[in-house]
Amino acid sequence: MSDISNQLVGRVQAAFTQSEQLNIRGNGSKNFIGREQKGQIFETSGHTGIVSYNPAELVMIARSGTTIAEINNTLAESGQILPCESPLSGNATLGGVLACNQSGPARPWRGSIRDCVLGLRMINGKGEQLRFGGQVIKNVAGYDIARLQAGAMGSLGVLTEISFKVIPKPAAQQTVSVSLPAEEALDKMNAMLAQSLPLSGACWHAGKMYLRFSGAGQAVRAAVQAYEDKALVDDTEFWSQLGEKPLVFFTQDKPLWRFSIKPTAQHFLPEGDWLIDWAGAQRWLIGDYPIEELREYAKASGGQVELYRGGDRSSDLMPQPDPATKLLLTRLKQSFDPKGIFNPGRLYSWL
Amino acid sequence: MNIDSTSLHINQESLDKRKSDLLTAFSQVLDTDAIITDIETQKPYECDGLAMYCALPLLVVMPETVAQVQAIMRICHERSVPVVARGAGTGLSAGAMPHTQGVLLCMSRFSRILRIDPKACTATLQPGVRNLEITETAAIHGLYYAPDPSSQIACSIGGNVAENSGGVHCLKYGLTLHNVLKLQVVTADGECIEIGSEGLDCSGPDLLALMVGSEGLLGIVTEVTVKLLPKPEATQVILAAFDCVEKAGDSVSHIISGGIIPAGLEMMDSLSIITAEAYANAGYPTDAQALLLCEIDGTQEEVNEHIEIISALLKEAGATSIRVSQSDAEKELLWKGRKSAFPAVGRISSDYYCMDGTIPRSKIAYVLTEIQAMSKRHDLRVANVFHAGDGNLHPLILFDASDQDEWERAKAFGSEILALCVEVGGCITGEHGVGVEKIHDMLMQFNDAEIEQFHAVKQAFDEQGILNPGKTIPTLKYCQEYRSLKTQNTKSEPA
Repeated sequence: MSDISNQLVGRVQAAFTQSEQLNIRGNGSKNFIGREQKGQIFETSGHTGIVSYNPAELVMIARSGTTIAEINNTLAESGQILPCESPLSGNATLGGVLACNQSGPARPWRGSIRDCVLGLRMINGKGEQLRFGGQVIKNVAGYDIARLQAGAMGSLGVLTEISFKVIPKPAAQQTVSVSLPAEEALDKMNAMLAQSLPLSGACWHAGKMYLRFSGAGQAVRAAVQAYEDKALVDDTEFWSQLGEKPLVFFTQDKPLWRFSIKPTAQHFLPEGDWLIDWAGAQRWLIGDYPIEELREYAKASGGQVELYRGGDRSSDLMPQPDPATKLLLTRLKQSFDPKGIFNPGRLYSWL
Repeated sequence: MNIDSTSLHINQESLDKRKSDLLTAFSQVLDTDAIITDIETQKPYECDGLAMYCALPLLVVMPETVAQVQAIMRICHERSVPVVARGAGTGLSAGAMPHTQGVLLCMSRFSRILRIDPKACTATLQPGVRNLEITETAAIHGLYYAPDPSSQIACSIGGNVAENSGGVHCLKYGLTLHNVLKLQVVTADGECIEIGSEGLDCSGPDLLALMVGSEGLLGIVTEVTVKLLPKPEATQVILAAFDCVEKAGDSVSHIISGGIIPAGLEMMDSLSIITAEAYANAGYPTDAQALLLCEIDGTQEEVNEHIEIISALLKEAGATSIRVSQSDAEKELLWKGRKSAFPAVGRISSDYYCMDGTIPRSKIAYVLTEIQAMSKRHDLRVANVFHAGDGNLHPLILFDASDQDEWERAKAFGSEILALCVEVGGCITGEHGVGVEKIHDMLMQFNDAEIEQFHAVKQAFDEQGILNPGKTIPTLKYCQEYRSLKTQNTKSEPA
């Protein structure tokens, strides 16, 4: 555990002075995400440690290089969890998970990593260390620059310290699995969104639907009763693997696509190799497809698609905003990073 | 001190000219009944819910189409004229106070619920739709909209987005921010953009988070898509009384660390209890020093289990009496006392000033004790009724607005409370926003580099600074003046 923020600030100030481009990297577990990388590798993995944690406050503050695994272990000692179940493979760090806005299977019910964030410290492109938000759930003073960083992939600054909300670990948890075709599973999972159920996971893969119930013991038992004869799978293993979804489920060396769409959108490309998660709101597809075709499907489904892994990393992989939004994003980038030193072109070719 | 960089010295003659020029331009795009020019008709728009701050604009405009909003923004953008957006005007930080040299853009005619999608659990709304109307309309599908600010009968969803409104159920269900999926926004130069999607996450910097709570400084919201939640199968309320504030405050932390997140966890102090009981007859024990109202929801099994656990925790924490609602009617009655606390306080004092600082839960007892000491020092009564579960305080400072000295004392008292909130690790506003009211207090929470970053973000969205100028983010010049004044004061204070 060490605080190297002064060192990080010094490095950014030097880069600002010399207009030197930096490629921000924690433990490198997400090297495959985003466009091809440019600039000097700027290691932040040495900036680690849980700064404060008071279980009664349901808040933890940790430096950005702290691994999700360490955070999970510390929380577990007090019977608490990270609500968004962010993936932890490859020694994923808190900073990286927030920068890429990665959340696990419980996301529709317990929110994303962005939703958990209460505040942060960051270094902008001028080498200034800034603090936004705080450590309380309600805080509306000033623009929400803390949560703005979710998904920015480091394009606006170096995240150094993050405070976030945690929750008590549910008293009970149980999973059922049912063999169903994708369309029927989608219908069932969609219908459950509108019901008062202690649901915390709903996904479909390879002909099977998996439902996870968690909460008070009696509530979980009652919910599972409806599935009396269905196989109860080994819970923890399955859901933690699902958290690492693309790495575990799709090992083939082919382009992997991530759709973030309306959960009730119709199942499309039925012959494809799909993993449907978040009760239909996040769908993974592996294979060679023209990006334009997939973008059409995503648009018709009320959302977007990105080329998550593989394929041509020199092209634009993320959904492209309309011209007015593109202008706003360009100007927003300039407001944080006037010389364009952070992760140039990693998110968009033009940013 | 001038806190508004755009209010350059414009003489009356130029203002009259500006007004007639705008009137001509607006008449091309709006019906005459959508433009209010005379002072008498403008009067109801001079302030929001914080009536101590008021001003009259040059013109009030009431568009009803997105194209009209775009046209209005283009007209104002071309002429660098300030635009203040207003929803239902229930805000409590003077965020919708008009600009004397600009236009008040009133969004109340955007009052239609455009779509409810019961399957995807979403509602698409015009910004003028009232908060409670969403839940009322969604109820036939067994759904509701979770954020419920106490003004929910009147406040509009557009205003909720601008302020990132909270309410009683934030602890479990989040703020407006956590319940909005998509926005349609008209920018300062009149472009119409979409932020967010019908999916849960979007790639790129989270503009949705930036826009929610931006207090009308970054764009005009013209359409909002929100998440709806299934109505819980069961809901029950526990009322626990305490003979001292400390025990009540500490039991809040006990409940939370006990492993259950209640749907709502509210606290009232002695003055609030007595006042609310006299007003609502909810059966509150008026001899209690503090009350906790704890709402539990979920499936019936879940509620039973949690009620049992929390009741035991409360007993252990020293509650002198515990009452669990046995019917929906009883639940409503218990809530009625809490919900009528503000108007009830209005009966015992001609005016009250509602603060909104947030603190870590473990500091509740300490901060409440300090507030009582301040109350004596400033010689003003204070009633505390607040969202204990998320540490969001609402001290109501009782004063008489006709007495300028009392108002000055109330402001000083309020500022002192906010300084204490920041000192113990909290913030100056949990859900009411900064607006005009807390613009000085921003300096307690942010340093100059952070304020400068806010301005840079603002400039990226609104280069000329025409959207709600003079609000929320103090100018750097003001920061410097304020800080040097404070240093001087500190130096001149006797040791």
